Parts: sequence; structure tokens; C-alpha cells
Amino acid sequence: MNEWDGLLQEAKTAIQAASNLKALDDYRTYYLGKKGKITESLKKIGQLSPEERPLAGQKINLVKEQIDKLIKDRTLEFQQECINQKLASECIDVTLPGRHQTLGSLHPVTKTRERIAAIFTQMGFAVLDGPEIEDDYHNFAALNIPPLHPARAMQDTFYFSDNTLLRTHMSPVQIRVMQETPPPLRIIAMGRVYRRDFDITHTPMFHQLECLMVDEDVTFSDLKGILTVFLQEFFSTDIALRFRPSYFPFTEPSAEVDIGCLNCGGQGCRICKNSGWLEILGCGMVHPHVFQHVGIDSQRYTGFAFGLGIDRLTLLRYGIADLRTMFENDLRFLQQF
Amino acid sequence: MKFSAAWLREWVNPQQTQDELCQLLTMSGFEVEAVSSVAAEFSGVVTAEVVQVDKHPAAERLHVCLVDVGGAEQLTIVCGAPQVRIGMKVAAARVGAQLPNHPKIVANDIRGIRSHGMLCSAKELGLSEDNDGLYELPDTVSVGEDLWRYLSLSDSIIDLSLTPNRGDCLSIQGIAREVAALTQTPLNSSLVSSKTYSQAVEHSKSERLATTFPVTIHAAAECPHYVGRVICNVRVDVATPIWLQERLRRSGMRSINPVVDVTNYVMLELGQPMHAFDWDKLSTRIDVRLARAGETITLLDGREVILDAATLLIADPVRPLAVAGVMGGVDSGVSLLTKNIFLESAFFHPACIARQRQRYAITSESAYRFERGVDPELQVRAITRATQLLLEICGGEAGPLTEVTVPDSMPQPVAITLAATQVQRILGMHIPEQAVAAILHRLNLEYEKLKHGWRVQIPSYRFDLRIAEDLVEEIARLYGYDKIPVQLGQAKLQILPQPENQVKLTTFKNTLRDLGYHEVVTYSFVDKQWQDLLDPMHPPKELLNPITTDMGVMRTSLWPGLIGVLLHNKSRQQERVRIFESGLCFIPQPQGVLQQSRLGGLVSGSAYPQQWGQAVREVDFFDLKGDLQTLLQLTFAEHEYNFQATQHPVLHPGQAAAIYHGDEQVGVMGALHPFVLQELNIFSNIFIFDLNLTCLEQGAIPFYREVSKYPEIHRDIAIVLEQSIPARVIQATIKEIAHEWLKDMTIFDVYQGQGIAAGFKSVALSFVLQHPTRTLVEEEVARWMDNVVQVLRNQLGAELRS
Repeated sequence: MNEWDGLLQEAKTAIQAASNLKALDDYRTYYLGKKGKITESLKKIGQLSPEERPLAGQKINLVKEQIDKLIKDRTLEFQQECINQKLASECIDVTLPGRHQTLGSLHPVTKTRERIAAIFTQMGFAVLDGPEIEDDYHNFAALNIPPLHPARAMQDTFYFSDNTLLRTHMSPVQIRVMQETPPPLRIIAMGRVYRRDFDITHTPMFHQLECLMVDEDVTFSDLKGILTVFLQEFFSTDIALRFRPSYFPFTEPSAEVDIGCLNCGGQGCRICKNSGWLEILGCGMVHPHVFQHVGIDSQRYTGFAFGLGIDRLTLLRYGIADLRTMFENDLRFLQQF
Repeated sequence: MKFSAAWLREWVNPQQTQDELCQLLTMSGFEVEAVSSVAAEFSGVVTAEVVQVDKHPAAERLHVCLVDVGGAEQLTIVCGAPQVRIGMKVAAARVGAQLPNHPKIVANDIRGIRSHGMLCSAKELGLSEDNDGLYELPDTVSVGEDLWRYLSLSDSIIDLSLTPNRGDCLSIQGIAREVAALTQTPLNSSLVSSKTYSQAVEHSKSERLATTFPVTIHAAAECPHYVGRVICNVRVDVATPIWLQERLRRSGMRSINPVVDVTNYVMLELGQPMHAFDWDKLSTRIDVRLARAGETITLLDGREVILDAATLLIADPVRPLAVAGVMGGVDSGVSLLTKNIFLESAFFHPACIARQRQRYAITSESAYRFERGVDPELQVRAITRATQLLLEICGGEAGPLTEVTVPDSMPQPVAITLAATQVQRILGMHIPEQAVAAILHRLNLEYEKLKHGWRVQIPSYRFDLRIAEDLVEEIARLYGYDKIPVQLGQAKLQILPQPENQVKLTTFKNTLRDLGYHEVVTYSFVDKQWQDLLDPMHPPKELLNPITTDMGVMRTSLWPGLIGVLLHNKSRQQERVRIFESGLCFIPQPQGVLQQSRLGGLVSGSAYPQQWGQAVREVDFFDLKGDLQTLLQLTFAEHEYNFQATQHPVLHPGQAAAIYHGDEQVGVMGALHPFVLQELNIFSNIFIFDLNLTCLEQGAIPFYREVSKYPEIHRDIAIVLEQSIPARVIQATIKEIAHEWLKDMTIFDVYQGQGIAAGFKSVALSFVLQHPTRTLVEEEVARWMDNVVQVLRNQLGAELRS
């Protein structure tokens, strides 16, 4: 029986010493192959006595299994080593930047417009725009601003002819929608508007949001409600609002709205000129003369409207100091949005 | 409007502090823009009299003055002002005095004479910007008074921003009425009644002058009420009293001469603009009439204007005297030589004055007020007040009033019915009836109580109140806007249509952003030269009144704006530029202007940001085209659009493509023409595009097609053919013979150079073939591929590349 133990011992030593998968494969053939040592041993069983044979068979099979396992284990060791080597060679510096095209940006005014649209569409307001070259009727006359009205001086206008001009506000869109669609109406209009003004707080082109709601029983307190919800959502804070009486030819009663200064929280600072408030928009109840122009029965319907500068909201939201930088389009400005 | 707080308090003196009052005004629609002190602080300055003037022994231009400053001793002060004289009342800064922007006054030697103070000019006292002469005080002033106190300089100037509807508040009287209503404080009745003035006029010395001057109104619609009066023997050379000068100054006006100062003062006090003519320059009467076209007048500001026939004039039979309500003529104005004046106080229709102010581009305080409305019942009171002041200041004798009224053309009294429900309906809150009535009362609005509301009489000066809604605003204003509740109303549910096939602008913008483009926003008006350079095909629409010439015309293309941004950034070392803009372009057409929604962009510089894994390469045509294909596929399937070589005046003739959807051109792209680059002084290539957004908004809703479960077969070929044959033609040729089982065809290589004859190119194509219902067999694939090669050979002269 020593013969087989010796074989196992020898195989163990040899397999352990094998230096690569090829050598290991050679040992497999040498021990377990068709002409291998084990096969040879099995052949020799026939020379044994019938009593000895079963025992010898068992013994040889045991040795065979053991050698097989030794080879398999060693193979696994080699494979593991191989993988480890491969992994080591494939190691990279993951802190190097990825190959990429840069991400561009949306203009901050666009970001603001999208936020405004999202807030109002949730409340069931449709988003509209219209022509920028307008006629006197839609921009002024229908809004209760007849020719020679002193309120025209509030909006210095670009003209192409006596009757053709660049819209000075988004109200022409309101007029068009009221002419075309019977109440109830819930709309916002956003777009470019133009006034002849150019200094640190004015650019000759800017963006305006106007909102109009017309229905039975729309009141000034609804206006206060919508504005409060909108501004608090837009600035993501419980901002304070202040309504001051004012005058616009197209609303009555009219109001100007201030918000608590975002910079100082109402304490008073340079930005709010120490008042604690920032003037932000004009609003009011639609003037009956406007309803008359567009053929809406002011006995049955009431409505509110408000208008505000989208650019100003953008400046406040993102802390931009000078309005003019918004339209210089310096890439280092744009990349921040 | 600027005014002195102290002046207002003379009219109405509420308990509120100044800050409280300003807050109250702001919260009731009269925004206080600024509050400033009336003078920079000074101290140690006293009223004084010059009692002796000697020439300075050592300096030609200096005087040595002996000055009485009250008290026992007189001060020796050296003074350089030429007008200094004995008996003159002046402002003397004593040793130790502190003047604005001036070192402390000390006694010092001036050319050997010790000077114990300084005689001050208005400028040195901070009371004028430019007046360098000695500040002269009236003879009546007693010496030794503290000047700060004498001039009542502990006062402030309140600057109100008035809305255009409240012309009635362009005066102290108007603001006082408003403050009275807001604070429930009575007005100073002695100032409000005109009785005081007329008594003063009647009691003024003179055996009353009987002289009148006839007035005829020929244009009643424009001027229904005209009041005038002759005042003789006035002295225009006297000084306007300091108190009056100071009030003018605190209202932002300058003192001119006592007559003009008085008319301005009454305008500031009561709100009635007035005019004084030199009566000796007038012929026989006043005609209030419309101009004859072509008449001319030289205005007080020296401008000669040619009048049109709609202009309302004050004229005499010889010539126009004034553009009514706006500005007087230079010939008939009051000068230092004037002896006798004709004073005018009239009501002009606001629109008439607005028209002529605009027509002749004149700004004046008078026109500003008439345009916003003047109380039509104020004229007599104002002229009486002015007469009283003139007689006091300039002496003279006043003649009787000439008053012409055309009653039918006068603004008619207005009464408004306000239903009690109206307040609730508009404001959304209930205000008790007693509270409403109390507010009406505070506003001096007389009313009659109706069963369910009020019948309200509107005073002549509240021409802004015309309909019930105006009254609701007044009620809300005095009740307090802050008391109106904040509520979210109820509204009926409404669906906003969201068509699925519609591709929104936002989607295009986001895609471009993801592709590395920055969105820009440029002005819609551009420089005409740029516009013509970059879109020579469309003459742009020009603004009549551009803000500058480089913003003179409406863009017909987004390219001028985009290139402007490129240049701005290039000059700031930003060489890699990828930008886009969307917006309207304005294309003049015979029937008007087409306002077209467009999307444009440009790329310049390296294709990718500099990075370690990739060689730096300049962007080229196909980089941009690839981005546009991504964009187009948001709306169209790949086979629905194509790019075709085109010619465009500002694009490179060999690198310009028109983009088609079917037969409709939806855009254009290409490299900017080298001559344009040269014109713009740019030395790198620029690839630019323009898409008509309207054409890209309507996509299709996907319709699913079964995916074949049979194997795909891939085949590649390379062909050699003439260089001039476009890829599009190769693909179209193959598509004509394609079975339904040609799933995809890709050009994966184009090669020219070694191994290929000059004028030829090698194009490598790969095909994906798949049958919908069965497995393709090798022979049929081979047969089809042979056919492809055959057709390419026959139709395009292509050979298989060996």
C-alpha cells in the first residue's frame, strides 16, 4: 500500500512546485491521463488477489481524487494570481477628469421664466406670448391710454410710425386673449418688451411677466393671494409683501407691491436704499374701460392683472448687481447658470 | 414734486412726526422718494450791516469793511466782493463759524490787515450752486440774528413721486388736502379761503385802477376759462423777499425776478400756472385762438418755432404772445424794464397742452401741470393771491379782473353712484357702511345716502374720480390696502391642452445646453451696417427713434447678435465659443412685418475642451451638423429631413447647407464666408446656423413597429467614385433598390489620398439586413449586394475598392 501513498506524496510535492498552468497541465496528464500513473496503477489491480482488489481500487480512487483536487486548487491559485496581475496592470488614476464635451447653460432669464411658468401652470394658468411689433391700439388705446394721455410718458416708446411701435409691456397679449377668448381666463404672458431707457437699472429691451385672471367674483384679495403664493414660492421663503396704492390707466384700484429686502431682511441696506423694501411690481383690478374695449361685460366679470420685470426677479434671485451684464453675454457670466 | 415740509405744516399740521407722515404718504399712494435737509449745516453766521468800506491799502481788489454784527463792537473784515457797499445787509461768518465745505473761520492777516471773519456768498453758505456774489439780505433785517434761524433752515425737502392722475396734488394746497384727509387734521382755513387775498388786494393803497384789457376766447374747447388783470407801476427791480426765494429754492426752482417769482410761487402754492406779460408790449386786446399754420413765435428759451394750426395761442391782434399753457414769447415777457403787467390765469384743456408740449418738445412746469389737470375753478382765487403778493412786493395798482367763461365748454360737475355691494365685489372684503361714509367725508366728497349706496359729488379738483371703481380705490386707500385679506380664490378646473407631438422650445434649449452650448440673450435691435453685412437679402425695419445708431434697426437674423457675443468674448480671451439664442426676427414684407420665431447659434474654437485624453482639434462643419441632427431628431425621423449644398451670401460657397424637411426649407448652416471674417477681423473659422422654430414645433407621435426576431446580417463594402458625387446621392441610389429588409445603412469611412486616384474618393458603407418574417439566406444577401455594386457602377461609375 505504501506505493500509492508514495505516489500521492510525490504528486503533492510536484504540484506544489509547478510554476505555471502548463506545468500543472503536464502533471495532470502524468498522473491522471490515459497513460498516467493512476491509470497504470489501476491496470495493476488485475494482478492482485480477488480479496485485495476492492481495497486497492478504493485506495487508488482516493489518491486519484486527492491529486485531482490538488491540481484544481493549484489551478485556481494560478488563475487568481493571473487576475491579480491583470488587475494590477489595469489600475488607473480615477481622479483624472473624464473625456467630455462641456455642459452648456441656459440664460438666467430663461431659468427664471421656466420657474415662473412652472409655478403658474400648476395653478392652471396658460403661458402665452405674442408679437413684439405692435400697434397703438393693442399697446395703448385698448388699455385706456388714449393719445396724449400723460401716462404715455411713463413708458418711453420706440416707434416705427405713428401707429406701429415696439410693445412697451406684455399687456397687448392680454388684450388679444380677451378679444379672442371669453372668460373665465387665467393666463400669464412672458416675453421681450422695449422702452427707451438705458442706465444702470434700465436696458432698452427687457423681459416682462404679466398675469391676468378674469372670472365672476375675482377680487383684490384673490390678487393678493396669488401674488403672495407666487412670490413666496419663487423666492422659496416666507417673504413679506406690502401693497401700496398706485395708478395705472388699465387697472382700478391699482397697487404697487414691495417685498421685504432679500439682502437685509428688512433691516435697511444699500440695495433697498435703507427702506427695508424692494419695489417689485404693479397690479390692480382690470379697469372697466379695458373690459369695454375687448367686449367683456364688466357687470358680470371682474379681473385682476399684474406685471413685473423678469430681469429684476433674476437679479434678485441670483445676486446680480448690474442689469446690463445680463445682455453682455460674457461666457464667464453665462457659465455660472 | 419737491416741497418744504415747513410750508406744508403751515397748511396742515398733523400730530405725526415727519417720518410717520412720510410713511403714511408712501402707504397711501404718494411715494416719498427722498427726504433731504434744505441746507448743509453751518453755524456762527449772523445777519450784519456793512457800516464802512475802505480800499485795502495793499490790494487793488480787496475792501476793508467795518461790519456791525450786533453787540458793542464792530468787526473789521476784509472782503473781495466788488458789490460790497455801505449800508448793505449781509451774512457775516464770525471767527469760529463753521461753513459747509470750508475750514473753520479764524482771524487772519490778509495783506497786512487783520480780518475778523468773512462776508459770505450764497454758494459759501451752501444755498446756491453757482452764485458767487455776496448773499444780500433785505434792509429790514435786524443785525446780529443767527442766520440759520433767520432763514428757518431747520426744514426738510420732501420729494414725492406723484402718479399722473393726481395733478391736483402738484401744489402745497393739494398735498395739504391729502394730508388732512389721511391724518384727519383740519386745513388752516385762513390759507384756504380766498377772502384773505381779495381783502388784501382791496385794501392795498391805490385809489383803484380802472384799467381793463379786453380778452376774447375763440377756441373754447381748448380754453373755456380765462381770467386776466392789468397791474400798473410795478417795480421789477426790487428784490424778491428771502422767504419767497427760499420757498422757491426748496421746491427746486430758481428766483428770476419778483413778478415771475410770484407767479411761480402761486403755482407751487395753489397749483395754478400763471403768466405775466409786459402790458406795454401788447397791442389792443388778448385773443385766445388757434394758430394759423406757419405763424412763428420766439419763446422765452430763445427758440423760434413755426406753429401748426392746432396750436392754442395767446395772441394780440399783431402777433402770437405765448404758446398757451406751455411757454410765453420772449418779446412780451416781463423784464427789468417792465412797468405795467398783464397777469393771466386760465384753464386749458389737458390734451391740448399735452399735444403742444409734445409737438414743440418744450418742457415747462406750467405744461407739466396743465397736462395733468388744473382745477377749473381755481383761476380767480389764484390771480387774486398773485395780485396780493405782487402789490406787497412790487407795489403798483391793480385793475379789475377780466373774466371770460364759456360755460358749455367747461368741465361739468360729476356725481358718481356707488353701490354698497361694489366695494365687496371688487375688494373681496366687507367695509361697514359707516366706515365708507366716514372716508368719503374725510376726502371732502359730499354725498347723498341712497338705499343701497351713495350718490357722491366730486369736487372740481378731483378730476381723477370718474367711475365707481375710482371711489372704491379711494375707500381702499384710506381704509388701508394692508387690511384687505390675502386669500386664494376658487376657480373652475380647466384643462390646458398639451399636444404630445408638440416639441417645446424648452426641449431644444435643453438639448443645446446638453451639447455644450450657452444660451445668450441679445437686443432685438442691431447696427444697420452689421445687419446689412450679415443678412444682405433683407433690408431691415428701421426705428424712428433709436436709442443709439448701433441699435437702429430690427434684426432680420439672429446672426448679428450672435457674432457680437462672439467678438465680445474673443476680446476677453474666451476663444472657445458655443452659443445659441432664440427669439423673433423681423422681416419686412409688403403687407407688414413677418415676426418669425427662430433659433440660431454658432461654434468657434476647439471642438472639445482641452483635456488629457484627446488631441486638440478645431471645430468643423460636421461637428455642428451633428449637433443639428441631434436637434432635428427631436422633431423628425432621420429620413424626414436632409441637408443639401446651397449658396448663401455670407457662407463659404463650399461649406453651406440648406436644411429641408420634405420640400420645406427649415434652416441653413455653414461656415462664415472668409470675406465676412475679414470684415469682422476674425482669424478663426466660425460655423453658424439658423432654424425656423415654427417648422420644428410639430413632431409625430411614435407608432410602434414589431421588432423582427430573425437574425441581423451585417455587410460592408468600399467603393471608389468621383469626388464630386455627394454622399446623399449614393445613399439615395441604394435606397431605390432597397428591400424592406435593408434596416440601416451607414457611411463609416471616406478616404482620399494615397492609393486613390486624384479626383476620386473611397467611401465605405455598412449595411444591416434583416427580414421581418424569416431568416435571410446567404445567396439572396449575396445577390442583393451584387446588385448594389452593379447599380452603383452603372449609375454613379463607382467601382468596388480592391
